[in-house]
Amino acid sequence: MPLLWLKVAVGFYAIGLLWATAAVSRPCNFLGKVVMPALGFGVVFHFVSLAESAMTTGHLTLALMSIHESESLLAFFILIVFFIVYLRWRTLSPGIFVFPLVFLLTFASSIAQQPPRFDSPLLRSGWIFAHVALIFTGYAALFLSFGASILYLLQERSLKAKQLAGYLSRLPALEVIDEIGYKSLLLGFPFMTFGLIAGSVIAQARFGPNYFFDPKIVLSLLMWAVYMVLLYTRWNSGWRGRKAAYLATFAFLAAVGAWAANYFSGVHRFIAP
Amino acid sequence: MTFQLIGVNHRSAPLEVRERLAISEATLPEAVQRLAQHPGIDEAMIVSTCNRVELLARSQNGSADLRGFLRDYFHIQQADFDKHLYEFKDKDAVCHVFRVASSLDSMVVGEPQILGQVKEAYAVARAVGAVSSELDALVTRAFAVAKKVRNETEVGTSAVSVASVAVDLAKKIFGTLAGKTVYLVGAGKMSELAARHLLAHGAASILVANRTYERAEQLAHKFAGQPIRFEQLYETADRADIVVTSTGAPHAIFRREHGERFMARRRNRPMFFIDIAVPRDVDPEVNKVDGIFVYDIDDLQQVVASHVSDRHREAQRAEQIVALEADRFLAQLRTADVVPTIVSLQEHLETIRQAEVDRVRGRLGALTPEQELAVETMTRGIINKIMHTPITTLKTAAREQQATTVIDLVRRIFNLQQKDEKAKAEKAGGSGADE
Repeated sequence: MPLLWLKVAVGFYAIGLLWATAAVSRPCNFLGKVVMPALGFGVVFHFVSLAESAMTTGHLTLALMSIHESESLLAFFILIVFFIVYLRWRTLSPGIFVFPLVFLLTFASSIAQQPPRFDSPLLRSGWIFAHVALIFTGYAALFLSFGASILYLLQERSLKAKQLAGYLSRLPALEVIDEIGYKSLLLGFPFMTFGLIAGSVIAQARFGPNYFFDPKIVLSLLMWAVYMVLLYTRWNSGWRGRKAAYLATFAFLAAVGAWAANYFSGVHRFIAP
Repeated sequence: MTFQLIGVNHRSAPLEVRERLAISEATLPEAVQRLAQHPGIDEAMIVSTCNRVELLARSQNGSADLRGFLRDYFHIQQADFDKHLYEFKDKDAVCHVFRVASSLDSMVVGEPQILGQVKEAYAVARAVGAVSSELDALVTRAFAVAKKVRNETEVGTSAVSVASVAVDLAKKIFGTLAGKTVYLVGAGKMSELAARHLLAHGAASILVANRTYERAEQLAHKFAGQPIRFEQLYETADRADIVVTSTGAPHAIFRREHGERFMARRRNRPMFFIDIAVPRDVDPEVNKVDGIFVYDIDDLQQVVASHVSDRHREAQRAEQIVALEADRFLAQLRTADVVPTIVSLQEHLETIRQAEVDRVRGRLGALTPEQELAVETMTRGIINKIMHTPITTLKTAAREQQATTVIDLVRRIFNLQQKDEKAKAEKAGGSGADE
């Protein structure tokens, strides 16, 4: 059943994907009108799928332990952050990045077979759920901020080149994009920080101090450091535009790296040995 | 029933002719009333603006002499204005009304004022009772079409003057102008106009610098702004989000190093230079500084030109909407035309049937219930069979163009005209008594 609900959600997210593809080339009024309701339904089904998955496994955290289900959960958090941004600024523009990613993540998750599960006392702790949820919210915010900085660059380019036709003419104003990016960063930072702290507590309890040189940990810390730098340069000297976009790209790549490290990390895997 | 329209607009007539034919707001109600009472006219409306004067009327057979009305009303010789007048009938008139309301016939295509002007003209005509049925339907439909055109095309969305393009660009950068500071460097007419536009869209404060300080003071006073001595230009410019330059300086005032210094002091908050001076006041290199956007007069005019051509492209889509809606409106009117004819045809035949049945009954004496039923069924059956073809023909005609001819024919064949007029007269008499 959870998989079925997830497939329904994927169907709704496909509309988002369609909108994003159309938005770049030839915007379609009809899609613009249906995309938010469709995503709303998608999120509801998605939530049902997650909740049911958690209930059938009997414990919240078990649901998160396979790669596919964590993809689904990450997509869920990204959409939640997107919805917050939408409610605040009434713009669909970040959807150009958000919708395809959400679609891909949930799609990959939905075509998977029922994932293998394992059980260990560690995973039953609330810490791991807190860890995953916090980090994912942080990822989502970082991703949105990354998307916003790309939009900022595009908008800045087009304003400077005095080419105002096409898709770019429908982007939100430069300062609005800037604010979306900055506020997403601000919002994501505490989540990321506390998520990492929660992760450290778990690792400390399980592996003692030796876990520190694992690639996953190193990449996560790197990502966090870049995140800090990003916030600091913005706050201190108002970096935005090109410089900020480079940094945000770097932070995003570090985040992707940290995520990918799950495949080769000794202590932090989706499916424990 | 026919719609007729006669008029002049900015394309068909020079200003001298238009002002000769203009009808002022004060005399409009009286003029509309007179037009409505003109021979052959059932309903009437007049739109008179600085770009157009149009008389719109509904007449029984489309032969109302609107030119004659103009001649009488304005006491002009026919030859004087004849060649400037355009005249439309039926579908063309409907299309024209839709086009005018949708601002497709305007001097600046897509400008929004005309719809308001048509609405006012309609209100006047309604107030004096000159529009009531079909013309009313036409004009209210024109408002709906105008709304549709506005929603479904982008004919009125882009700015088509230098000042409004500048405001649009500022909004593209800052989102909102609320709380933004505008710096006028050089106190010319153009910069004053730009400042007025920016202020109207929410800009918060104005700084003015000019070579002659007194002129800066004057202009600053006008906008409740702050005059600044020209020597302090570079120290103060970073306070502004939007800088409008229009000095007569032979060389650029703002160069790249200035831009970089401003951005450092502004902690990289964006800055927008509008350079309307020729020769330019802002070195094009400044545009290369991160966060600074420089638009000179050519850039702005290019945007204006591209918006104008955008509007023309959108206007073509709007024309299609108008044509489609005109067809739909006329089809609806024709269907509405047919219905009363069908009803009176049915009534007419039913009366005949009743009379004949009564007559037969008188001759035959009392009938058994079965016989009664048989007579009823038979007579009804005959009538339904007879009526079938005329009704289908009427309904098909309603969908096509020749509804009026067919209606006329059916009415004449069955002699429906007189009876209806009698009924109408009774009704009119009744409502007259109420008033």
